[in-house]
Amino acid sequence: MPRAGDAMTDAAPPRPGGAMVEFSGVGLRYGPDAEILSDISFNLQPGSFYFLTGASGAGKTSLLRMLYLAQRPSRGIVRLFGEDLVAMPRHRLPGFRRRIGVVFQDFRLIPHLSARDNIALPLRIAGVSEEDLAGPVGEMLSWIGLSARADAFPPTLSGGEQQRVAIARAVIARPQLLVADEPTGNVDPDMAMRLLGLFEALNRLGTTVVVATHDIHLISRIDNAQMMRLEKGRLSDPTGALRYPPNRA
Amino acid sequence: MIIPRVPVQHRRLLPDRRLTGPTPWVIAILMMLTLLAAAAGIGLARSANAIGDAIAGRVTVQIVTANPVARAAQAAALRRRAAGEPYVRAARAVEQDELLATLGQWFGSEGGDDPVLKSLPLPALVDIDFVGGGDRAGQMARLRALVSAEAPGARIIPHAEWLGPVARLIRSLAWVAGGLVLLMIAASAAVVIMTARAALGTHYATIEMLHLIGATDRQIARLFQRRIAIDTAYGIALGSAVAAAILLLIGWQWSGVTAGLAATASLGPAGWALLLALPLLAIALAALTARQTLLAALKKIL
Ligand SMILES: Nc1ncnc2c1ncn2[C@@H]1O[C@H](COP(=O)(O)OP(=O)(O)OP(=O)(O)O)[C@@H](O)[C@H]1O
Ligand SMILES: [Mg+2]
Repeated sequence: MPRAGDAMTDAAPPRPGGAMVEFSGVGLRYGPDAEILSDISFNLQPGSFYFLTGASGAGKTSLLRMLYLAQRPSRGIVRLFGEDLVAMPRHRLPGFRRRIGVVFQDFRLIPHLSARDNIALPLRIAGVSEEDLAGPVGEMLSWIGLSARADAFPPTLSGGEQQRVAIARAVIARPQLLVADEPTGNVDPDMAMRLLGLFEALNRLGTTVVVATHDIHLISRIDNAQMMRLEKGRLSDPTGALRYPPNRA
Repeated sequence: MIIPRVPVQHRRLLPDRRLTGPTPWVIAILMMLTLLAAAAGIGLARSANAIGDAIAGRVTVQIVTANPVARAAQAAALRRRAAGEPYVRAARAVEQDELLATLGQWFGSEGGDDPVLKSLPLPALVDIDFVGGGDRAGQMARLRALVSAEAPGARIIPHAEWLGPVARLIRSLAWVAGGLVLLMIAASAAVVIMTARAALGTHYATIEMLHLIGATDRQIARLFQRRIAIDTAYGIALGSAVAAAILLLIGWQWSGVTAGLAATASLGPAGWALLLALPLLAIALAALTARQTLLAALKKIL
């Protein structure tokens, strides 16, 4: 339930270290064109579950790209884990990116790596030894139902199978923030619910989850999920849940 | 660090397409030309030095006294006196027969029995080598005094006067060869830079992906540096092998043709060491160039 009139009002400055993600007056333009995102301000609380919706072309992917550090905003302030990302030197970005799992709308699997190697990639990049990563990778493969196809290369997998590999890769390193862009666009409703269940399980373990989706059914399946809606490059806030997050105690 | 160690699982991030691009072959050609130019440069420089050393301290005294008996006596006396001087290393009277034989080659009468030639009043010649490392001007002055005492009217001809231009020409050729070596090293570096940029372009999607899951520039650069270093090392090895074969062939022919001069035109131990070091330096330079190019390019990606 939204708690109107709480301490956190419009004017209140963001509490340092409080929110996991803070956007404040963020604008984004590609090249010299008009801004495709304007005056975006929101806070994401640790351990919460968010849906980001909006018409195609509304700017969902663009917003998420700033969230997973693929894009710096044209203006405004973005803070992640309590640190200002706009001014952050490049060499510190990898450390932050390792705390974020991303499911890309276009999967971005590496075509010449097997499903197993694609899933293991974040652990390998983080320097986890081969002995230590074999177990988790195997578990993840069986969880997404692709144990039999572990050594297949992405181009030989179906769209839904590729999507599941992409999700497995995003969550394998137990990120603090999981960002998923249309993660269920290519799977049947059953698999969609299974994958959503995985996100929910991670969320219960403390991961903050942001899912961009068109799928209204999905949204209704998660209790306590909050909704962000993009319309014409601006964030509308139908429930007010963002500014006054429900108490999840 | 030249060929960075990359775990085998990471190597698979770049699909294995070794030795298919033009890079190893271009590098091989450039390496071969570099080594040949370097060998030529070293050989020429050593020749120039050898000639320079030989001529720097040598003069010929030309005695043109009209009376042949007095001429011979003056030459003998000068040779004897000069040989006793502390600043003279060696003094040698050039035999009349030797002179006739040399001139005979020019006159076209091998045996030196040409009547015209025989009737020519030939000068008496005394070759004098100064002691090395001394004060050349002082030595010349003292020799001049000696000559005017023993053989008045004789001319002193320093060899540097007529062999000097030859030595200078050889030395300029050595510099040209050195310049070619530098240019080809620059061209090789340019090839490596283009290869590194092309590799980044080809694998842009993979690189972006790796960045987004938290790979550092160093991790990504090592991956590519390893691949490029291996590719160029193949090219360098091939080019060096071909250059070595050519040099050995030339050396073998050279020693057969001119046994006497071979020593002056050989490369010497330092020269061979430099030639052997060049490929290794080239591999190191390629790896370093690749690394700098990659890191600079990666910096432009967020
Ligand atoms: N790299 C880019 N350069 C220029 N314009 C871009 C770029 N990426 C996105 N856009 C534009 O920005 C707008 C928002 O795109 P975005 O991909 O964020 O939308 P979306 O909400 O994710 O759409 P969808 O639901 O179809 O995935 C679009 O009009 C798009 O054309
Ligand atoms: Mg999108």
